[in-house]
Amino acid sequence: MQDVFHDLTEKLDSPLTALGRVLVLVAAILLPLSFMTPLWHMDFWAQQYPEGLELLIYSHALIGGDDGNDLQEINVLNHYIGMKELKAEEFTELKWIPLVLGAITVLTFRSVVVGTLGSVLDLLVISSYFGLFSLWSFWYKLSAYGHDLDPRAAVQVDPFTPPVFGHKMVGQFEVWSYPSPGAWLVVGFGVFLIAGFIVSWRQTFPKKARGSSKRSVEEES
Amino acid sequence: MKLKGKLIGILVALVVVVTLVMAASCGKKPQRRGAGRGGGGASDTTSAALATYVAPGDLDEYYLFYSGGHSGQIFVAGMPSMRHITTIPVFSPYPGTGYGFDDESKEMLDGYTWGDSHHPAFSETGGEYDGRWLFINDNAQGRIARIDLRDFKVKQIISVPNISANHGSSFVSPNTEQVTMATRMSVPIPLGTYADVTEYADVYKGVTAGIKVDPDSGEMSLGWQVLVPPFNYDLGDAGKGPSEGWFFWTCYNSEREFIEGGKLEVTASQRDKDYILMVNWRLAQEAVDAGKAEMIGGAPVLMPEDNPGVVFFMPLAKSPHGVDVAPSGQWIIGSGKLSPTTTVFNMEKIQKAIDEQDFEDTIDGIPVLTYGSVREAEIPVGLGPLHTQFDDRGNAYTSLFVESAVAKWKLPPYEDTTDMSQYVLDKIPVSYNIGHLVTAEGDSINPDGNYLVALNKLSKGRHLSVGPSIPESAQLIDISGDKMRLLYDAFTEPEPHYAVTIKADKLDPIEVYKKDDPQWPKNPNAVWTPEETRVERKGNKVEVWMIAVRSFFAPDVIRVNKGDEVVIHVTNIEQTRDELHGLAINNYDINIVADPGETKTVSFTADKSGVFAFYCTNFCSALHQEMQGYMLVK
Repeated sequence: MQDVFHDLTEKLDSPLTALGRVLVLVAAILLPLSFMTPLWHMDFWAQQYPEGLELLIYSHALIGGDDGNDLQEINVLNHYIGMKELKAEEFTELKWIPLVLGAITVLTFRSVVVGTLGSVLDLLVISSYFGLFSLWSFWYKLSAYGHDLDPRAAVQVDPFTPPVFGHKMVGQFEVWSYPSPGAWLVVGFGVFLIAGFIVSWRQTFPKKARGSSKRSVEEES
Repeated sequence: MKLKGKLIGILVALVVVVTLVMAASCGKKPQRRGAGRGGGGASDTTSAALATYVAPGDLDEYYLFYSGGHSGQIFVAGMPSMRHITTIPVFSPYPGTGYGFDDESKEMLDGYTWGDSHHPAFSETGGEYDGRWLFINDNAQGRIARIDLRDFKVKQIISVPNISANHGSSFVSPNTEQVTMATRMSVPIPLGTYADVTEYADVYKGVTAGIKVDPDSGEMSLGWQVLVPPFNYDLGDAGKGPSEGWFFWTCYNSEREFIEGGKLEVTASQRDKDYILMVNWRLAQEAVDAGKAEMIGGAPVLMPEDNPGVVFFMPLAKSPHGVDVAPSGQWIIGSGKLSPTTTVFNMEKIQKAIDEQDFEDTIDGIPVLTYGSVREAEIPVGLGPLHTQFDDRGNAYTSLFVESAVAKWKLPPYEDTTDMSQYVLDKIPVSYNIGHLVTAEGDSINPDGNYLVALNKLSKGRHLSVGPSIPESAQLIDISGDKMRLLYDAFTEPEPHYAVTIKADKLDPIEVYKKDDPQWPKNPNAVWTPEETRVERKGNKVEVWMIAVRSFFAPDVIRVNKGDEVVIHVTNIEQTRDELHGLAINNYDINIVADPGETKTVSFTADKSGVFAFYCTNFCSALHQEMQGYMLVK
């Protein structure tokens, strides 16, 4: 058993192959590009808003469509149901997400230069955790907004959670919430990272070698 | 058997008779559209309907800006649907938009409660409408206004000294360097001078003027004035192409008299010919800039005899009304309303006559060009010709007031001049008594040649009866084919004179005053958050900085003492289109409307004590009724 892990650890210490490094390099370039485009977007549509309202969630900012005015409009509408104003400064996510994204980018570039299979695996694990945590954090924040309604509000509605993924009717509004190009860049980052790992693994441990290693495992047990 | 047969026969006959009687009495069906309503019925109702139908949610192809006449406003409609879209208040207060109630618009109106808006004109670049500004004259108070087409609002109204009844306005030079003003009803100058009408011929004066327009800001200022005989200067136009640099005005009452009890309609119709006045506005401006003008009433006035080459008369058939420059700029069309012809002048011949000093007379130092030397042709268009517009195929369209029709005729050149009636190509009756007419972009150097709107003075019987105060009619006519075709009847409140059209895509108005938008001057009294709102007292002056937003005012209580001077600055902090907020203070005659992002200021004296509710007049939201506050006057 110990040998299995020993073997694995040993293998993970292998350096990335040239092609692997190129793939990881692509991943390292894709990730910071996600700063420039929104990660997520929410669209609001109602009969009297034929162009809809749009809320764009960047890793570092919360921006309304129509040169930012849609955010103000959403807040004006939300005040009727007693929801607190959506303010970028209250989303701490917008501060730590860029920091973590930056750190992961730096670590990815490090893997390109002095990377091992293990370092890529570490990146995958950290990024997945970070991605899921960010999504949860946003969901939790939106849910908190939707549940923390002023009891004296002019219009009384049941507490609700705005959709994080998919479609939901909120009052007269149809709300859609979907990933934006930024999110696809992050996914692309993950895909290239995995590809870099698999390619390096296969080139370093061709099928034959892997077969023998399997056998040796069987022998041990 | 025989009896039975007879009975059956009688029964059948009875049934037939009853059926016929019933059919006859049912014949009182509603009248078919266009049927039995005089001339001009649409020949093909279905295709006319399709040509004007703009489906719900779809947009019109053109904007149509009607002058509002003595309502003092401009009406904006879409063409071809002819739907009225909005009203731009210009010379009259308009509670609907709060115009004339806030300090700024009140100051522009200068104490007047009405004006008589007649002739709108677009700013032009290279002879094409550039969609920047719309100018309009006030015939009553001698003013001219400029509307910014970025937000469809009046930005400036000016009156200039010495101009009385500014009718020959507003006509714009092809690059909007200058716009015209002219005296229709001569008076002694400077305004305020007393002289009896018995001194009309010598002491009363006509004045025409060029108003300079700043090419960047559009700011208008007086450029020059020319002293002209006391005729009635009527309509005008600006030259273009070969005639660029000239302004033209028709004039009547060249009899030069106003005889008490003599009826101007009679005394001004005695001579067979009156005139077109033409002023070289570039030379006029140069002369004023060179100090060659006399100051009268604070305005630089040029004397024609001291400034040769600046002013000329051209004789024109009896009591002319419209003078219109064809798109090429070569043909100047003048219509004598008491003559059945329209006269075409040739700019090349005019220039030649000026160069050769081919004059038949001189009036008050103004040379009169020899009629036969400058005239190209007289076209027998019909009775009572007033105004002429153009298409893109070398045709002209002249309105015939007396005949209630539009005549389509061919512009020169003419090969055969023996019978000029051959060049009158088509005629369409209109309902009724047409004044101006306008073709799509018809004042530009490139008319579109598809639509014509007949602006009729009378509309009797063409609409549901609304009592004796009958509206005016505007009829849409398709001019794209050989024969003109009536498409649609529209009705307007009193009283459009002229109208102008512009392709919809040439305008792109804002719908929200975006906070910090650099294209608008910053209002120092704007406040944008509840925290910035405040009430300050200085002596007996109370100043309030207020916000309006769905669905509340802040502050919503204003406490003042009787006799205080109150100044309220209200900012609508919305940034969403169509979220307008009103601020009405009951029983104080205060009615402000602020558009999204706009700040309005109103100043008044709190001269009545008590409790006065204020509220939002412009329905804004589900809780609009709750948008209310109180002004407490101790």
